[in-house]
Amino acid sequence: MVYANFLLMKEEVSLVAVIVILLVYDIFGSQKSLKYFQPIACVLVGIHTLLNLSPNIEITAFGGMYHNVPMGSVMKTILNIGTLLVFMQANNWLASERTIIRRGEFYMITLATLLGMYFMISAGNFLMFFIGLETASIPMATLAAFDKYKQKSAEAGAKYILTAVFASGLSLYGISLIYGTTGTLYFEDIPAGITGSPIQLMAFVFFFVGLGFKLSLVPFHQWTPDVYEGAPTSVTAYLSVISKGSAAFVLMAILYKVFAPLVYEWQSILYWVIIATITLANLFALRQQNLKRFFAYSSISQAGYIMLGVISGTAMGMTGLVYYVLVYMLSNLAAFGVIAIVEHRSGKITIDDYNGLYCTNPRLSFVMMITLFSLAGIPPFAGFFSKFFIFAAAAQQGYYVLVFIALVNTIVSLYYYLRVVKAMFINKSEIPIESFRSDGYTRISLLACSAGILGVGVLSIVYESIGTFSFGM
Amino acid sequence: MNFLSLFVLIPILSMCGLFFSKNLQQIRVAVATGASLLLVLAVGLVFAYLGERGAGNTAEMLFTADTMWYAPLNIHYSVGVDGISVAMLLLSAIIVFTGTFASWKMEFLQKEYFLWFYLLSIGVFGFFISIDLFTMFMFYEVALIPMYLLIGVWGSGKKEYAAMKLTLMLMGGSAFLLVGILGIYFNSAGTGMPSMNLLEIAHSHAMPLALQRWFFPLVFIGFGVLGALFPFHTWSPDGHASAPTAVSMLHAGVLMKLGGYGCFRVAIYLMPEAAKELSWIFIILTGISVVYGAYSAIVQTDLKYINAYSSVSHCGLVLFAILMLNQTAMTGAVMQMLSHGLMTALFFALIGMIYGRTHTRDIREMGGLMRIMPFLGVCYVIAGLASLGLPGLSGFVAEMTVFVGAFQNTDTFHRVFTIIACTSIVITAVYILRVVGKLLYGKVVNDHHLALTDAVWYERFSTIVLILAITGIGLAPLWLSDMISGSLQSLISMLH
Repeated sequence: MVYANFLLMKEEVSLVAVIVILLVYDIFGSQKSLKYFQPIACVLVGIHTLLNLSPNIEITAFGGMYHNVPMGSVMKTILNIGTLLVFMQANNWLASERTIIRRGEFYMITLATLLGMYFMISAGNFLMFFIGLETASIPMATLAAFDKYKQKSAEAGAKYILTAVFASGLSLYGISLIYGTTGTLYFEDIPAGITGSPIQLMAFVFFFVGLGFKLSLVPFHQWTPDVYEGAPTSVTAYLSVISKGSAAFVLMAILYKVFAPLVYEWQSILYWVIIATITLANLFALRQQNLKRFFAYSSISQAGYIMLGVISGTAMGMTGLVYYVLVYMLSNLAAFGVIAIVEHRSGKITIDDYNGLYCTNPRLSFVMMITLFSLAGIPPFAGFFSKFFIFAAAAQQGYYVLVFIALVNTIVSLYYYLRVVKAMFINKSEIPIESFRSDGYTRISLLACSAGILGVGVLSIVYESIGTFSFGM
Repeated sequence: MNFLSLFVLIPILSMCGLFFSKNLQQIRVAVATGASLLLVLAVGLVFAYLGERGAGNTAEMLFTADTMWYAPLNIHYSVGVDGISVAMLLLSAIIVFTGTFASWKMEFLQKEYFLWFYLLSIGVFGFFISIDLFTMFMFYEVALIPMYLLIGVWGSGKKEYAAMKLTLMLMGGSAFLLVGILGIYFNSAGTGMPSMNLLEIAHSHAMPLALQRWFFPLVFIGFGVLGALFPFHTWSPDGHASAPTAVSMLHAGVLMKLGGYGCFRVAIYLMPEAAKELSWIFIILTGISVVYGAYSAIVQTDLKYINAYSSVSHCGLVLFAILMLNQTAMTGAVMQMLSHGLMTALFFALIGMIYGRTHTRDIREMGGLMRIMPFLGVCYVIAGLASLGLPGLSGFVAEMTVFVGAFQNTDTFHRVFTIIACTSIVITAVYILRVVGKLLYGKVVNDHHLALTDAVWYERFSTIVLILAITGIGLAPLWLSDMISGSLQSLISMLH
């Protein structure tokens, strides 16, 4: 083993350093100094993000086990920013009586799952990929069950771990079939061995299920609403954007690189999965009352839109996907930021509770509104641009019917997003949520998200710089 | 920086001014300044345009400016105007100006109201100055979403239902539209870099007819939903009836014209071959719009519903005229857009003022208003006469041009439908005269109405501006029709 290889993996190394520092601090810090845990965690993650802001060059380490492309680094930066935003929003919840003694764990476990996603993104071998997948999944269950004294949270953790393990098992079975038919697990060598035999198709399908679960594509989405509802809001936010974003990117990278010879097969599978995902999730979202369940279904349908970037198989699709994930992350984190602070201050979580929110908390309502408009794809917010690019990528390959179905679904989604807007701006309430001032961290994170939603679309440089790193099949 | 971009910049600056204003006084200063600047700019643009044309500039689009926006996709922010967009910009500026004064006495949440109102106007102005499909589509959608809150919060009646219906139906239209735009974008450049620029696409002629057959109906229906194309017009009566006064004015006056303008500028201009081939389907649909809208207006009793259905009929006539595909009819279509925009805005303004006093819009509960509020009554009569096409007012010029143009098509199909559409003039006269007779000249139905007052200064101001514009076009239409038909040359040469 060449230890110098570690130096090449600068993103992973710096993340591990952050985790170790936090661990040491959590163990040896005095009770008084632990008050500053959140700022320190945020600053460390911030430094980590800044250090790795310029994308790493393409590197292969450990004999091909680790293979990083510049686009992977871009994706990691996006995940870093998202994690930072989640950390900023998490403090209200963590500082409450029952979780304060365990707050160090939250940051470390979250970063551990992030490390798993890093390995997934930079894997050059299916085993490496699988280790990353598991590192990202199993701690996630502990996060979902973080409020273990609440029944729903504990239930969410159990549900997550059971489905996650089942999906990983299927995925691993698919990987074993690939190994059996091609004789290798290295991404580089597999395409040469793929002949399109039925067993390889089966292998692909099993493998796809594993990631489909992480992405909560229909029909592997059943766990999503329950887990999203039960998990603490900050964890739900993390689950819905970071975990999903990384899985989408990894799925795309593997489909482009490894399963390129099976392109017609996976495109036709993906075609129906996309239609089912977007349509069913939208129909279920229509009747949700609990905002966390509501956003669970919304995020399932968003995953369907993300897959539109994958199905094209082009560099434009890849740019569109990464850009979409960025915009989706900013929008969803702003929404969950609002939900978390409202839930913390008033304990209210259903759409009806938000009636008349504009009269008492105009700024929060405004942030929530632009978030929902961005998710629905309304200009001038970034969601419009990301949707347009991803539709353009799919249409370029001739998927006009698919784009049309997706567009019809955006109208359905607009209906339920407008329900929340209506509650906040139009409906009146006898017992509105009282007016309150949110804390500094939440404000900064919401401000950053809103600035992102307004700026990322209009400023074309973000899209263009992502575009310089993308590649097609 | 091109001065056309000021049309977008001024509303943005007014919105900033509004955002920081602290009391009603400052809000009014901000909106009045913004609206007046826009009107001055639009009038200045007309003179600049005519001057430039007079000086012999024959370029298709004038005052063009182009900034690269999304380089990988060849998306530009490019602006430019021809005679048609100049006319539309003038119309929008007049309506925004008068709409601002019509909502001078907004009762609650004034700041938010005007913020949304100006966001809507950004969309409208941006749409008319853009010559890049992407920018155009973006501004189009910007104009749609503020309607939801404007109707939902400040509207009346079953406002939430109407707001949701309107928003979803119009967004449904834009779903068709976006597929069409993507289809045009990827298929119009042959093997080269695809372009979003309207002029480049139109001049390249690269789109095969087989594909045009697919994408022409998509784009036409997409814009047609906003232009109240039968059977996609059902949002319009509910939406207009529930919206607050100024929003009805802007929506019926300008936003529905986005549909007509889009059908013309995107669907027919970029896909002329398919337009020639498929126009018959849409001629039938628009023919139904024209007649059906007019008949529906007859049986309505709510003043706003009457005008909403009348808008369906008149906007149907716009699309009908565009589909005739000849220079006279298309000139008439643009004149009709202008004329209908002004008179329907006048109607909705007056209805808003009457409703503000009587608190009812049901014509059965009102009567003899001419004696009580003579100013409003006279204005209503003028609007009605313009609507049924009295010579000397704008409606006559527009409808005359449309029907003369439509009759230039010599085949039976076109002529039959022209005659059918012509009958709408008679039906229009029926419902206009019925309302005028009942509302203004009948007996006073409700004694409380006797105590009502006539219009106050800001109401008079906005109605007078609109009436001046209507009579201006009616008495001196030539400069306008020359400006419009001059800009149709390149399209007509493509069609033949």
